[in-house]
Amino acid sequence: MTAAAPRDRSGTLWARLGEVDPRYLISFLITLILVVGEARYGILGGYDRLAVALGVCVVTELALARLAGGRGAGLQSAYITGISLALLLKPRAGLLWPFALGAFLAIASKYVLRYRGQHLWNPSNFAISLLLLIAPGSVAILSHQWGNHLATNAVIWAFGLVIAARVGVLHVTLTYVVCYVLLAAARSLVVGTPPLAELAPITGPMYQLFIFFMITDPRTTVGSRRGRVVVAALVAVVEAAIRVAADHQVAALSLLYPAPPILALAIVGPIAKALDLYRRRPAGGAAG
Amino acid sequence: MVPGVTSLPVRRLALGVVFLGAILLVVALDRGRPAELSGAAAPGFSLTNVAREVGIDFVHHAPRLDPKIDNIAPLVAAYGASVSVSDVNNDGWPDLYFTNSRFGFPNALYVNRGDGTFVDVAQSAGVADLNRPGEGVSMGAVWGDYDNDGLEDLLVYKWGYLQLFKNMGNLHFKDVTEEAGLHHWMNSNGAVWFDYDRDGLLDLYVTSYFRSDIDFWHLKTTRIMENSFEFAANGGGHRLFHNLGNGRFEDVTEKMGVGSTRWTFAVAAGDFNGDGWPDLFLANDYGPAELFVNDSGKRFVLTRVGLESDSKSGMSATLGDALNRGRLDAFVSNISERGYLFQGNNLWLNFLPELGHFEQGATGVLADAGWAWGAQFGDLANDGRNELFITNGYVSADRDRSYWYAMSKVAGANGNVFEDARNWPAVGTASLSGYERKRVLVNRGVAGWVDVAAQVGVTDESDGRAVALVDLFNRGVLDVVVANQNQPALVYKNTVAPGNHWIAFRLVGTASNRSAIGAEVTLEAGGARQLKVVDGGMGFASQNDRRLHFGLGKAARVDRIVIRWPSGARQVVEHPAVDRVNVITEPPRPGPRP
Repeated sequence: MTAAAPRDRSGTLWARLGEVDPRYLISFLITLILVVGEARYGILGGYDRLAVALGVCVVTELALARLAGGRGAGLQSAYITGISLALLLKPRAGLLWPFALGAFLAIASKYVLRYRGQHLWNPSNFAISLLLLIAPGSVAILSHQWGNHLATNAVIWAFGLVIAARVGVLHVTLTYVVCYVLLAAARSLVVGTPPLAELAPITGPMYQLFIFFMITDPRTTVGSRRGRVVVAALVAVVEAAIRVAADHQVAALSLLYPAPPILALAIVGPIAKALDLYRRRPAGGAAG
Repeated sequence: MVPGVTSLPVRRLALGVVFLGAILLVVALDRGRPAELSGAAAPGFSLTNVAREVGIDFVHHAPRLDPKIDNIAPLVAAYGASVSVSDVNNDGWPDLYFTNSRFGFPNALYVNRGDGTFVDVAQSAGVADLNRPGEGVSMGAVWGDYDNDGLEDLLVYKWGYLQLFKNMGNLHFKDVTEEAGLHHWMNSNGAVWFDYDRDGLLDLYVTSYFRSDIDFWHLKTTRIMENSFEFAANGGGHRLFHNLGNGRFEDVTEKMGVGSTRWTFAVAAGDFNGDGWPDLFLANDYGPAELFVNDSGKRFVLTRVGLESDSKSGMSATLGDALNRGRLDAFVSNISERGYLFQGNNLWLNFLPELGHFEQGATGVLADAGWAWGAQFGDLANDGRNELFITNGYVSADRDRSYWYAMSKVAGANGNVFEDARNWPAVGTASLSGYERKRVLVNRGVAGWVDVAAQVGVTDESDGRAVALVDLFNRGVLDVVVANQNQPALVYKNTVAPGNHWIAFRLVGTASNRSAIGAEVTLEAGGARQLKVVDGGMGFASQNDRRLHFGLGKAARVDRIVIRWPSGARQVVEHPAVDRVNVITEPPRPGPRP
């Protein structure tokens, strides 16, 4: 820290950023989305929703960590999950139970749905998918779009990409985004819809939460870098299949249509994770 | 279960059971949601569609627009069915005016013959052929005696040029738009007569939905849509016209500060803060509702009253004393669709006088009425409590095809994308919240609101737009008239269980506008209080019976009514006669002020 101070300082900050526990960076990013979204767009729809989701996630995490007899609870996971649920779940007016039960199911899924000592679903991805599938009369998913402000989008994307890079999951994010864009273009050609209509969803906050918090979750993705790239691509492919089915009005799959990426990940993610674990040596340990 | 006492596998098994139980609980809670239909006590009234029997055969026809927006034409051309009530010939029987919205298709003025039937006289009256190329198509109408000559005049708002018709008597109308200074092209879906400066002359507020520079038959651009699904302000540009009293109106929009460019679907006027001056309540699509508070007739102030934080898709501005508190509350209909969107309707309970804001009071069946449009409060059972009739349904086409998924793609996008109609996926033959069941909500007090639509006979699945409540046959009960988009109008004749009393008032202004629009009547009977206001247009594209109808339940006597006239005068009437329409003329000035 002497002669080449400016350049080195920059490098040091970058390096120090890389030394921070990835979960702190992720926590920062989701807090940023929460604050910006609520301050500018009232994205929550009520602080009671946040209190319930966050509270139940933390309490459940503390209780189940003790129950499982493992190491101390990882409250950052509960924090991220609670905020994700508060932001993404949009139930009927006045309903708080989707936040309470969703939060419980999200955290509990880490302790119940396990294979070879590890959980298979990203907690919020599991809870949201489950609620959309079994409670469509009460629960919908976030459909805000950050007003029409490109600046908000740009801020979230900028922070998201930087943090994804420092956390080491940028390849997952970029793989998914590239695949989404290519498949959107293909769908536009095949189905005959306007290209921008197919590209449009990825500019919304639901996708940002999905891209930066769910599909990149290091605990529920596969072990190898190449494997993660393949899984991200597969998620995009399954999502595209759901979207094509929706465009063709396939009634049997209609429950999947409100949130194709979320449900695609809920299908592909655990299968990939289980296969990955199967190929490796079984590992024990508590959930985290 | 404490670690160390019970083994880990047992604890995990127990956790699994709880986990499964939570999933089952979610299923149960979701399925238990619409328990509203069952277990309700008899609603005390029933509704039967008698449109054909009474001679009302009106069928609305949606507009056909520039082919450049053919891909979403079913969504854009989804408005225009309206109904408004007025006694146009002063014979004591309410008449109905319906608007049509396609070139060459006439509007209808159904005059009440007084024998239970109606006849359409729009053609001979000169208010039929309003939908013509170059002039636009009708979207709705409001009645008001703007020149205080004792005859109700007609303002038709359009996607096109406004049209004002002076009632010349003998069922003849004269188009006075030009001489009144109202020849303006607007893409309007709402208007209200009200006397904002209390000079005894009805003024006019006209809202725009789409921008006013758009000619839907000669589009210069396809960038005509909203630029945000929640915070759009690239809509119409509304206008406030001040009545000068010489047959002319002056545009005072800027001067009075009411030039909102929100996508306003509906407007209603009422004195929310109790200061004696009528305020403007706007229900906005793609944005929060707005309240323009009237500052003593000098200007309007867009005021933060709790509406601004709840950004939705407002379709209807319905005023009423929802909970018998003697307050004017506002119901704003919104969109709910299983799996996709639960915006929820708003019941804005008025706490402005004491707290300075509204409180949201809609949950359960009150919040979810599908893709809801027009709604009206009224005592359909004559039991002293308001019911709420809500119509709904957007586009009913192919039952097996839904546009919801396609719309969800653009709805999640950046505004620059969906502002251009070309970027929207083609609707084709898909429905969008089509074939919805209507809602008739009964207020059960502490038990909340209960949906009795099916029980009372409201089973139609039309694409409803406008609702008006009116005692069509002078029987002392409120009937319901519904204007449906692209479909026949419905006339629900009300049959009320015997035993309940009622009272109605026809108010005649003197210092106030002759129509008494804006007059509030607070009634006290049987220990309860009710408030109603003479409306110059409210709900969605509708206007109710000018007479104020109160159900009294078993109370055979009214203690008193207090009338707040639009002029500011206050009048108390002790023990008005029940089970009849009381005609009350405003006492001459000077009178006591509130």
